[in-house]
Amino acid sequence: MHVASLSRLRVEESETESYQAELDKIISYMDILTSVDTANTPPTTYALPMENVFRDDVPKESLSRELALSNAPDEEDGYFKVPRVLEES
Amino acid sequence: MQYEAVIGLEIHSELKTNTKIFCGCKTTFGAEQNTHVCPVCLGLPGVLPSVNKKVVEFAIKAGLATNCKINEYSKFDRKNYYYPDLPKNWQTSQYDLPIAEHGFVEILVDGEKKKIGLTRIHMEEDAGKLVHSGTNIKDSASSNVDYNRTGVPLIEIVSEPDMRSAAEARAYMEKIKAILEYIDVSNCRMEEGNLRADINVSLRPVGEEKLGTRTEMKNINSFKALEDAINYEIERQTEVLEDGGKIVQETRTWDPARGVTLSMRSKEDAHDYRYMPEPDLPPIVTSKEEIEAYRKSLPELPDARRARLESEYGLSEYDATIITSSRDMAEYFDGVVATGADAKQAANWIMGDLSKNLNADSIAIKDSPVEAKRLGEMIGLIEKGTISGKIAKQVFAEMWKNPDPPEKIVKDKGLVQITDTKAIEGIVDEVIAKNQKAVEDYKNGNKKAIGALVGQVMKASKGKANPQTVNQLLAKKLEE
Repeated sequence: MHVASLSRLRVEESETESYQAELDKIISYMDILTSVDTANTPPTTYALPMENVFRDDVPKESLSRELALSNAPDEEDGYFKVPRVLEES
Repeated sequence: MQYEAVIGLEIHSELKTNTKIFCGCKTTFGAEQNTHVCPVCLGLPGVLPSVNKKVVEFAIKAGLATNCKINEYSKFDRKNYYYPDLPKNWQTSQYDLPIAEHGFVEILVDGEKKKIGLTRIHMEEDAGKLVHSGTNIKDSASSNVDYNRTGVPLIEIVSEPDMRSAAEARAYMEKIKAILEYIDVSNCRMEEGNLRADINVSLRPVGEEKLGTRTEMKNINSFKALEDAINYEIERQTEVLEDGGKIVQETRTWDPARGVTLSMRSKEDAHDYRYMPEPDLPPIVTSKEEIEAYRKSLPELPDARRARLESEYGLSEYDATIITSSRDMAEYFDGVVATGADAKQAANWIMGDLSKNLNADSIAIKDSPVEAKRLGEMIGLIEKGTISGKIAKQVFAEMWKNPDPPEKIVKDKGLVQITDTKAIEGIVDEVIAKNQKAVEDYKNGNKKAIGALVGQVMKASKGKANPQTVNQLLAKKLEE
């Protein structure tokens, strides 16, 4: 339930058991990886051999506001309008 | 029981780049809502961010200026959380390999020097701005979001929990601000949110090593709020503990109008953010040579400048600390001294009348109507004896409104000091004649009575008589 709430997924109490079983399967599948001997392999974060891909600090044209807001589910006075953001406490 | 406060700060500073950290949108403050946005900072699918080189340069400089070790291999990570101020549902930040780590700065509080440790400095993107429809965040049915600020580059400077009072926290934040100003990487305009702090406060019994449960207050953007919020929180936690209660680990907001902190939400643990390496941004590799080149490019920093003002001009540590606390003030001081004015006088005028007037009119020192050059000239007039220190206060007040050179103002207003002994002698005689009681007192051994007489002479001369001459003449005449 904690994972579901972090991911903003609505999970019914009745479904938790089956989800849990599925997630366990996925996680234990990943465990196969830990059986590989990596003693002589340096940790890898990136799949591509790239580094220092930089951009110069030069402004580019931004989107027009109409275009920026065109996909917004709701808008108001040039703002994106979103539902109340604090949880009930 | 006696408690000790343990305080740590996370300072967020917006960097003064032209463009955002991962896209070419402008960073200008105060633009119309949602006009500085593009597919990258709006988090639209399929976009590829790329790092602004200036951001890395500025972050490395900030690290070096705060005695940090620069990590030669650094990377970005995604910090996942759901809040509409970040449209991607994660903040691109740095987790385990920040650009800089293990630094310190020195602060001076009540004449005592103290080292405050820096855990780390990392680069990240700022979030958007929420405008709430209700009177505050808690009773708003909906919120409006402006994404102009989303993606503005930030460095987050995380301190060790080394501070023990609000005054120390303030001195620390002032030092960080000064350093960032000196190395010219942030505008540090606190009222625009360029520089803001998250404060962690906990209490523990004096002598105890173990840290108590902490609370966090976010987005404090003035020195006054910083001190007030910390003092309030120390008091609140003391009361809770003394009543046998427990501190809840939570985020609280500071309400400056009511002067209280209020509970906001329970703090999510670090693992809840499910950090993962940002696959779209390759790592940042900086060679030792590049780091050394950055180190060499740094200007004189506040501590070095303070030491120089002490040794070169004989300023006290306290004065030198205040003068160097902002780069603009230090530059102003240099400007005054460059005119040949005495350095101690310069410091006194800057910390006294100048600061008072600037504060009263809310003017930044670099926009001061009394420029460094004119203040220097005015101090020169005092040194030459053209005006007395007392009259100088009037001259200064006039200079505030009048752009003329001080010499002209002194002449036009007839404020030139009377040094002519004959003229002063006349006034002295008159005062002696009118104040027989003080004269008697003096002659009966109450030497302090001369003070009242000096005052009378100064008053009669409208402050223009040279006080030394007055003293000498009075003493001579009273001994006769």
